[in-house]
Amino acid sequence: MEREPVPAPADAAPAAGDWMIRFDQVVKRFGDLTVLDHLDFHVRAKERVTLIGPSGSGKTTILRLLMTLERVTGGLIEVDGRPFSHMPGRGGLVPANEKHLRVARRKIGMVFQQFNLFPNMDVMRNITEAPVRSLGRSREEAETRGAELLEMVGLADKAHEHPARLSGGQQQRVAIARALAMEPEILLLDEVTSALDPELVAGVQCLLRDIAQESQLTILCVTHEMHFARDISDRVLMFDRGRIVEDGPPEQIFGEPREQRTRDFLQAVIEAG
Amino acid sequence: MDWDWDYALSIAPEMLTTGLKVTLQATFAGALVAFALGLVLALGLRAPWSGIRGPVRLIIEFVRSTPLVAQLFFVYYVFPSALGISMSALATGIVVLGVHYAAYTAEVYRSGIDSVPKGQWEAAVALNLSRPRTWTSVVLPQAVRRVLPMLGNYLIAIFKETPQLTLITVVDILGLGRQLGSENFRYLEPITIAGLFFLLVAIPASLVVRRLEHRLGT
Repeated sequence: MEREPVPAPADAAPAAGDWMIRFDQVVKRFGDLTVLDHLDFHVRAKERVTLIGPSGSGKTTILRLLMTLERVTGGLIEVDGRPFSHMPGRGGLVPANEKHLRVARRKIGMVFQQFNLFPNMDVMRNITEAPVRSLGRSREEAETRGAELLEMVGLADKAHEHPARLSGGQQQRVAIARALAMEPEILLLDEVTSALDPELVAGVQCLLRDIAQESQLTILCVTHEMHFARDISDRVLMFDRGRIVEDGPPEQIFGEPREQRTRDFLQAVIEAG
Repeated sequence: MDWDWDYALSIAPEMLTTGLKVTLQATFAGALVAFALGLVLALGLRAPWSGIRGPVRLIIEFVRSTPLVAQLFFVYYVFPSALGISMSALATGIVVLGVHYAAYTAEVYRSGIDSVPKGQWEAAVALNLSRPRTWTSVVLPQAVRRVLPMLGNYLIAIFKETPQLTLITVVDILGLGRQLGSENFRYLEPITIAGLFFLLVAIPASLVVRRLEHRLGT
């Protein structure tokens, strides 16, 4: 795979510690297709950021890079002031190996569009497997926390059901509880209500809104639901063709967008919806 | 030629104890080897190093491209003189049946592993599960469940192949039938009893596999 040279840790960057997530000239290509084109952006700790934009504009790729499901083609990602996509080596930074990534991704949790619950485990096991196996919690400790989380997502009575017996909305709630059980500092939400039946969407969104308000999480959310974006975030990034077109608070983006591209996109979404 | 009930009833007990025991031993022990080794080979096919994948692929192709009988003869007659390895006829039969069918069950496991959705692997990464843990907790339980009916079919296939072991002097139920036939100059009853026995086991077993397929929705 082609890799572009890593820029030296940018001296233009704000002081370390100010930023939870920093993308520095990040390039991601799939073959000939450039999905992210020298992308720069920062997210502060506890900031709740929604990424909007047309399909293929690179929003989901950003989440997948942060979850280490993809590797950068060029540039550098830092999380909490430390190199994330890269690690120190050979007198500079080299692409991260699996060991570095395992430590780095400890801070990050993700909820997927298709839930991706493990069908071979019951709900409680889905939630406790990773805390036990990768955080080293005792089974008892993990189950106590699991029960609290299930209570929070309103599924206390489903602990011993298998995912196949739950509705889509319930499965997504379990997936949210599962992600939170890993005690992440950053939560990635990838079109989490797109696969749900319309009548189940509001409940899941409501739950996430509560979590966003009550937790200390930094949240990155990709969504096509503009009212949800407005509710959950304190900052919105409008993407087009791998670049940020507009960056501002939801009142600006949805109220008085400055860029024509943003206005066109929002118009198209309103007409489609 | 008339069916002789007295003769049939006199040989049936021996066939169904001695012969049956050997047939079932060869079937289950052979299947155990096939299912375990097949999984190892399937994992070998997915190894990140071509230095493992290549030889595993070669072994599988080699085993699949030669007849079971040739493999039986080779291990039973050639190994003792060539390699100094000698096993009892039954043990040889079990090992060869096992290795032979491992080459087939490896592909079965592989299809099961490939059918586990990509999202399952991604969820395991997102939850920071280690690679080995991802295999043992997430991928293999789902993969094996999906291929249980296919493994069941191979168990039946192995069962029906066990009479080939008579060619290396193992006396299974069919071999015993032939032996009793030649001793008494009457083949009708012993061979029929052996055939019926295979039918009586294989038909219900196939029904069980079909129900399993239905239950697992494959």
